[in-house]
Amino acid sequence: MDENSSARLKRRLLGIIYRIGLFLAMLTICLPGLWIVLSSLRPAVEIMAKPPVWIPQEISFDAYIAMFSGIGKGGIPVIEYFRNSLIISVTSTVIAVAIGMAGGYAFARYRFHGKSSVFLGLMLTRTVPGIALSLPLFFLYVRLGIIDTHFGLILAYVALNVPFTIWLIDGFFRQVPKDLAEAAQIDGCTRWQAFWQVEFPLAGPGIASAAIFAFLTCWNEFALASQLTRSVSAKTLPVGLLDYTAEFTIDWRGMCALAVVMIIPALTLTYIVQKHLVGGLTSGAVKG
Amino acid sequence: MATITLTKLTKRYGNIGIVHGIDLDIADREFIALVGPSGCGKSTTLRMIAGLEEISAGSIDIGGRVVNDLPPRSRNISMVFQSYALYPHMTVRENLGFSLKIAGAAKEDMERRVAEASTILGLDALLDRRPSQLSGGQRQRVAMGRAIVRDPDVFLFDEPLSNLDAKLRTQMRTEIKKLHAKVQSTVIYVTHDQVEAMTLADRIVIMRDGHIEQVGTPDEVFRRPATRFVAGFIGSPPMNLHEATVDDGKLVFASGEKLPLPGQFKANVATGDRVVFGLRPDDIYPTGHGISSGAAAEVHQIELPITVTEPLGNETLVFVEFNRQDWVSRMLNPRPLRPGERVAMSLDMSQAHLFATETGKTLRS
Repeated sequence: MDENSSARLKRRLLGIIYRIGLFLAMLTICLPGLWIVLSSLRPAVEIMAKPPVWIPQEISFDAYIAMFSGIGKGGIPVIEYFRNSLIISVTSTVIAVAIGMAGGYAFARYRFHGKSSVFLGLMLTRTVPGIALSLPLFFLYVRLGIIDTHFGLILAYVALNVPFTIWLIDGFFRQVPKDLAEAAQIDGCTRWQAFWQVEFPLAGPGIASAAIFAFLTCWNEFALASQLTRSVSAKTLPVGLLDYTAEFTIDWRGMCALAVVMIIPALTLTYIVQKHLVGGLTSGAVKG
Repeated sequence: MATITLTKLTKRYGNIGIVHGIDLDIADREFIALVGPSGCGKSTTLRMIAGLEEISAGSIDIGGRVVNDLPPRSRNISMVFQSYALYPHMTVRENLGFSLKIAGAAKEDMERRVAEASTILGLDALLDRRPSQLSGGQRQRVAMGRAIVRDPDVFLFDEPLSNLDAKLRTQMRTEIKKLHAKVQSTVIYVTHDQVEAMTLADRIVIMRDGHIEQVGTPDEVFRRPATRFVAGFIGSPPMNLHEATVDDGKLVFASGEKLPLPGQFKANVATGDRVVFGLRPDDIYPTGHGISSGAAAEVHQIELPITVTEPLGNETLVFVEFNRQDWVSRMLNPRPLRPGERVAMSLDMSQAHLFATETGKTLRS
């Protein structure tokens, strides 16, 4: 066998190994999701079975029907929880992204005193685990009278997300060449117009991805929400999952069904927005 | 009318001075090139004129109006950037019409002016493409088109050809010259390439370390450089510059070798003066292979050893050793020469330059 054919063979073998590796990685990532979907459709006996039953013997939508059947018939106030989750997640995302854009733009474009210390300070807030703040927040919120309200949770989530959105959006604005805003100013724009006409559309995909991250963080957050909300009027979907736990039993099937209900909007949103996350939009702006 | 007057124009970042109070008058419709090495302050000067940098002191006057604190959009200028700075999310048509859209121009007016500019620059076929689908030269043309559409008083060019390959650069240079003839605006053109400056400009401003070294026509800065720096910067290959001491009508070099003192400087130097002697490669050539501009009596003959030759086809650059250093000379109608060979060289002393060693200023009166 000559050198060329052995090199070709090696390249093919490596390709196959890569594919197997990728498949295993994807399987690890997707399996829990798949398991949740399957568990929501099968009887509790199968869920608890040892060894596990991979292929369900019978499929039923009983858990979903029960969920919407009202209290006393195995139902939970899922519509209210969904509404709470949506209001809290969307509002806090919009606020966090607005602040993130202003902050990110400032860090990317302006020189000011203490810039790196402020940036470092913002990032350091990420090192504090949210749960560590839940008790102080609880006392504070009780005193302020904003415990168990949409406003309280929105405030907490904005604070949680702002450092991260600033950091992400700063990076995206840095990728937009400074020359473009200057060219726009020469073309007759004010600084404000240059931002909205040129820099914002170009950083748009980045800002959208920051928004997705912020939204998903709020949508899935459990630890803070479970401390700061109590009633149906404020509880979010992840906290609602606890409705399936009783003193001695846990309704795994119902819990999994609610989890699926939670996953669907998040998945749909990500799918819609990811189409707009087209990379390389800035190519051709400057030399290349 | 767009005359431009810079008065004591200064730029400082904290304690670091970038531009040190320069004065410059630019006539209406003049093509001015700012040249100098990296960091000489030429781009900063241009950006101050554009309004993209605040000025630290002094004033800028465009068309009789002081614009020191006006934003770029109020100065009626347009600028072509080194990076082109095309808006990647807009088509060529939208790029060209952007300034008109911002100004709120009528649709018909906008279409007409975009069409005019695209015809001048041959962009008609590209109007619906995006910048990423264009070649470097095409992008450069769109950037110029965007500047033309505004119909400004002043065009500012910031090293517009630096990102193009050598062939395209020559081609675009010609296009810029034609464009200036057509649009008849005042142009300020920043470049580090002295060939671009020489070929395009009515007058050249040579800058160094935030100061203006000389302002003059291409011919003036080439033939009568005011300083040693200008002499070395303008011309390719650069002028041969070597230190010497004046001694009784002769120039004595460090090695002890001597040359006659050029006649035009005799009245301005005295024995003991330390000077820098300069001679362009065109004015030193193997005897019979060059053109002397002055009287035959001013041509000094000397035999020198060859170190290296660089054949260029129609001419050869011959490096000869004098004063233990290489002097570059231009040989017209070349014949083959070998390194080590000694050849008779002609030095046209009527074209020589002398600069004071300490100040670097010319000793020409």
